[in-house]
Amino acid sequence: MSKATSSPTRSIAAHGVLILYTVIALFPVIVILINSFKNRQAIFRSPLSLPGPESFSLIGYQTVLKQGDFLLYFENSLIVTVVSIVLVLLFGAMAAFALSEYRFRGNTLMGLYLALGIMIPIRLGTVAILQLMVASGLVNTLTSLILVYTAQGLPLAVFILSEFMKQVSDDLKNAGRIDGLSEYRIFFRLVLPLVRPSMATVAVFTMIPIWNDLWFPLILAPAESTKTVTLGAQMFIGQFVTNWNAVLAALSLAILPVLILYLIFSRQLIRGITAGAVK
Amino acid sequence: MAEATGTSILELKAVTKKFGPVEVIRGIDLDVRQGEFIVFVGPSGCGKSTLLRIIAGLEDASAGEVWIAGQEVSSTPPANRGIAMVFQTYALYPHLSVRDNMRLGLKQAGTPAAEIDRRVEVASTMLSLDPYLKRFPAELSGGQRQRVAIGRAVVREPTLFLFDEPLSNLDAGLRVNTRLEIAQLHRRLNATMIYVTHDQVEAMTLADRIVVLSAGRIEQVGAPMELYNNPANEFVAGFIGSPKMNFIEGARLGDKAKTLGIRPEHLTVDPNSGAFKGTVVHAEHLGGDTNLYVETEKAGLITARLFGEYQAAPGATVHLTPLPGRMLRFDETGKTIGTM
Ligand SMILES: Nc1ncnc2c1ncn2[C@@H]1O[C@H](COP(=O)(O)OP(=O)(O)OP(=O)(O)O)[C@@H](O)[C@H]1O
Ligand SMILES: [Mg+2]
Repeated sequence: MSKATSSPTRSIAAHGVLILYTVIALFPVIVILINSFKNRQAIFRSPLSLPGPESFSLIGYQTVLKQGDFLLYFENSLIVTVVSIVLVLLFGAMAAFALSEYRFRGNTLMGLYLALGIMIPIRLGTVAILQLMVASGLVNTLTSLILVYTAQGLPLAVFILSEFMKQVSDDLKNAGRIDGLSEYRIFFRLVLPLVRPSMATVAVFTMIPIWNDLWFPLILAPAESTKTVTLGAQMFIGQFVTNWNAVLAALSLAILPVLILYLIFSRQLIRGITAGAVK
Repeated sequence: MAEATGTSILELKAVTKKFGPVEVIRGIDLDVRQGEFIVFVGPSGCGKSTLLRIIAGLEDASAGEVWIAGQEVSSTPPANRGIAMVFQTYALYPHLSVRDNMRLGLKQAGTPAAEIDRRVEVASTMLSLDPYLKRFPAELSGGQRQRVAIGRAVVREPTLFLFDEPLSNLDAGLRVNTRLEIAQLHRRLNATMIYVTHDQVEAMTLADRIVVLSAGRIEQVGAPMELYNNPANEFVAGFIGSPKMNFIEGARLGDKAKTLGIRPEHLTVDPNSGAFKGTVVHAEHLGGDTNLYVETEKAGLITARLFGEYQAAPGATVHLTPLPGRMLRFDETGKTIGTM
């Protein structure tokens, strides 16, 4: 480490800022977690205190696991999220490769067109999407959600990945061509591994809005068999009575899978694998 | 001149290349014979790499024809042109070991495994790569990586080797060693090679023939000493040789030529008498030789190169005299019109 970054005052200041940020960011999550283990009176009496011997209760989790089919909701959410991420990464990377690697008429225009979705929220097209899904008989299927989320994730993926693909050495791709590799193998074997960290970034950015989304599950797939976790948790929020224990427990459980996915991708984020390709 | 004989390996016929409206290569004709070592030199951006990529098939020519070993190759993909290329940035496959880096091209071409092993062994012995065969590119030094890249080209046993500034990322000492290795490789394989470089010394020492390019055109093709002694024009005269040739307006010396040129090493220096009287502005002592920058009354600032040590402090008065027959004369278009 250089002298400038290891001076004690600087490092204390940096850590102070980081710790403050962590506290602010984690506070709501912690509040949800601790209250999910308390009984109803304790949640309202002192929401910030830790569960004690007389306030501790698993009633929320019991309700969640008894009522409704929560495991199924989890499964639905996971299927939708994982399949959507895979499709977004695959098609996004392929489009980005084509845009950054090949000179063809309308290349820039195509890039702008594909990036348009970053600025225009896909929800504006909800009515048309619903009509489309009704017409094609996809309402109340996970496929409808996967299709919509793939479309929603692609613009940002294409935009970020094409920037990174431009940085992959031309010489490396050309060496592959001279050795007789097909364009597909150049893409999958040479280019993709070198942009893996940026793929992980895209995966994280794509994953969270999909997992948290309430809008499209509510509109396109509200049936019992296709409910996602966020939609499933809604049934504890009533117009007159809200089962707070159950809501908090459901939310706490919903954090887990996303946390695991994030850990998987962030390992990729950190792993530097470009060394040795050039220079 | 060492006019090359033997079969034609590469023939370029009126090759041009446009990027949009910009014409980068403007009609190149060239004939390369079996066993020749051809060096492309020219200022940055003149189209050397583009021309090399057109030959390799990585870029399509806008017009003209490329013939390799008697075949017109415009519709042949790079892998089937019988060429191998070594890149400035090495371009090794990061996920493959040294051995697999060398094997990949042959495997793709469907060469039998025994034959691949034999060729890899020969190449790795030739380039002293045996200790590194199991390593990955990230575990090698720059010089070792470039040797692997050369090895990857050698195993293909190509009709034509293409090198794009292969040594420019190496430090000075390694550059000399690798240069030697490439020269030996050329001799041992009796291979035909095209080599792009910025480096004067590489061009002069390696080439059978040098192709001087400028703004997408060939200025002159010839053996190194031919370009040095009989440059076709002012551009070639200024480009070949270091330090650069001195150019003097003809009118200043009462000559009819537009420009006169004299190489720094073709001037004699005398403290007492000579053609141009001047004062030393700066002296560079390189050990083996000395460069004097002299502000002369008649000819302006002139560089003179002397062999060995020469003590001349800035401010000293010296007289410079061109060696007879070494002064070149150029007309208005820059063409060489004789010596004096
Ligand atoms: N893909 C491209 N699109 C547009 N112009 C290009 C492209 N590739 C190269 N050029 C232009 O073509 C010209 C020649 O480039 P090239 O890389 O062949 O030069 P070079 O002689 O190899 O230069 P250097 O010695 O710096 O490597 C340059 O002016 C460059 O800007
Ligand atoms: Mg170049």
